[in-house]
Amino acid sequence: MNRPRTLYEKIWDAHVIERRPDGTCLIFIDRHLVHEVTSPQAFAGLRASGRAVRRPDLTLAVPDHNVPTTPRKDANGNRLPIVDPESAAQLAALEKNAPEYGIRYIDAVAAEQGIVHVVGPEQGFSLPGTTIVCGDSHTACHGGIGALAFGIGTSEVEHVLATQTLLLQPAKTMEVRVDGEVGPGVSAKDIILHITGTIGAAGGTGHVIEYTGSAIRALSIEGRLTVSNMAIEGGARAGLIAPDDVTFAYLKGRPYAPKGADWDAAVDYWRSLATDPGATYDKSVVINAADIAPSVTWGTSPEDVVPITGVVPDPASFADPSKQAAAAKSLAYMGLEPGTRMQDVAVENIFIGSCTNSRIEDMRAAAAVIKGRHKADTVKWAIVVPGSGLVKRQAEAEGLDRIFIEAGLEWREPGCSACLAMNPDKVPPGERCASTSNRNFVGRQGPGSRTHLVSPAMAAAAAVTGRLTDVRELMR
Amino acid sequence: MNPLDKVEGRAIPLGLKNVDTDVIIPAHWLKTVSREGMGGGAFESLRADPDNLFDRPEYQGAPILIAGDNFGCGSSREHAAWALGDLGIRVVIAPSYSDIFSGNAVKNGILPVVLPQAAIDRLIEVAKTDPIHVDLEHQTVTTQFQDRFTFEIDPFRKMCLLEGLDEISLTEKSDAAIAAYEQKLDAERPWMRPAAA
Ligand code: SF4
Repeated sequence: MNRPRTLYEKIWDAHVIERRPDGTCLIFIDRHLVHEVTSPQAFAGLRASGRAVRRPDLTLAVPDHNVPTTPRKDANGNRLPIVDPESAAQLAALEKNAPEYGIRYIDAVAAEQGIVHVVGPEQGFSLPGTTIVCGDSHTACHGGIGALAFGIGTSEVEHVLATQTLLLQPAKTMEVRVDGEVGPGVSAKDIILHITGTIGAAGGTGHVIEYTGSAIRALSIEGRLTVSNMAIEGGARAGLIAPDDVTFAYLKGRPYAPKGADWDAAVDYWRSLATDPGATYDKSVVINAADIAPSVTWGTSPEDVVPITGVVPDPASFADPSKQAAAAKSLAYMGLEPGTRMQDVAVENIFIGSCTNSRIEDMRAAAAVIKGRHKADTVKWAIVVPGSGLVKRQAEAEGLDRIFIEAGLEWREPGCSACLAMNPDKVPPGERCASTSNRNFVGRQGPGSRTHLVSPAMAAAAAVTGRLTDVRELMR
Repeated sequence: MNPLDKVEGRAIPLGLKNVDTDVIIPAHWLKTVSREGMGGGAFESLRADPDNLFDRPEYQGAPILIAGDNFGCGSSREHAAWALGDLGIRVVIAPSYSDIFSGNAVKNGILPVVLPQAAIDRLIEVAKTDPIHVDLEHQTVTTQFQDRFTFEIDPFRKMCLLEGLDEISLTEKSDAAIAAYEQKLDAERPWMRPAAA
């Protein structure tokens, strides 16, 4: 009998083309997602060396990082120019490179356009058991449907374009099991924030994390994508959640998903991928779902997580001296004093969006909290950015856009937006933002911006009160 | 890619932990379509402090950077490696790196040396006043004060750095194996190709 294997090992083994004596493997890449920021230099490299794209049929390009979230067409349906010349140049480069190399391209005004990690699963382009890469570290997101997906740099983008392979060392395996049921007001985002706070920002370094346990199984695909999205925030190269009936129901009928007899064969294969009984992980962490509260970050590392009922920690409370120094620096940047109740922290900006939390379920969760309420006057800027044109259309069909607009929030066009503030959507210096994105790094949402990572429901609650708020209080 | 063997010179004793790629090169520097000139934006937030290490005269052109745990964490942007390269950095020394960053570094001819924290602490002391020597062939970091630290490196990465090899050309030697894999995949799991939309 074969040795019992984990989900990761099965996907890895199925993709090895060559194994080098030192253990490095040449791995086949099933899907390559391309966006405008990390690809121009890769295409320039191909051009300089006279190489072609080996498998344009396995490549999908869509602009997302740079696109403005204000209307992209005028009243007559004509495309509006992008004001920022550098953004316009990156977009123009992708628009030229994709057709030139025969790559499928979803343009900035197409209904299917959106954040690459929202678009992949939504189009059925991302499938369980595949290897997926993209020049963006949150590619880990696609692990939510059981794909081995990870971010790569631009040289690797060029390498995949040219060869459809990558040279990789096998990762170690880590299991993060979340047992039990989460309480009311606790979402997938709170689960992953809690996990990141527990294992630390480097807790998964060198590992691929498989999320298991009843609390993970109970999540929708949207929720699973949220969890796996932030695997990288715990230092892991990728996250994985075993595909199951929920996954298959989500994917069935999507444009690029297998059809007919192919679909049945695919489902049989996908079912065989689950970790075998008796397989072991290099590392395991068990979390009790009942211990997870609606969570929020206080610092500038995604591991700086406390329950919303908690307080800003005292740097002296950390055992590790370098963490003490980092925490003190974070607090100075964030303008926070130790001991301050998180619920007393005022926020002037709200961002609901990003590949972590911009799917239809996220829109619904935020709308449910804000419905019939209005944003606080002290909240100066509050935007809702759906993850794709299709999410936007669905939300509008459900009337969610009206709920946001009536509450004083702005309803925008899809893209990465204030997650990384490469487009005009920025948080002003020194101001705070309750954000549903995945990174609270220094300057991430604009120079001097102060980010508190939260779930969509918590962001909506903060919009209503003008301070970080326990969403459970608004649910009563 | 420039081959790398011995690097000698001043080392910037940054020492900070969890230096993420947003710190190495902020997002607003990513809006280019070329690889050059990124050094201007390297460590912009740290360099806003007039007293910062990077702009001190003694560290101008320093080829080595010493940092704390988890260097290069966060965004996968390769621009971080380009920015370091454009600053003139050929070697980073730290107790650990993000996986993506260390891969990107090697691909751009930058050597990520892993040493324990105690060695880092000692090298930071030396770097304040004196140069540091890195020898990739022998996998050592030494100082003129008889310090000698050895480091591990993946043999493939070592070869690529020593010879300045381009990975795509190396992989192209496996073309037949790739084609055979593709054929087998089409035969066994034809549904893996994206369906015609
Ligand atoms: S939304 Fe943010 S994290 Fe996601 S792909 Fe865009 S920039 Fe990256």
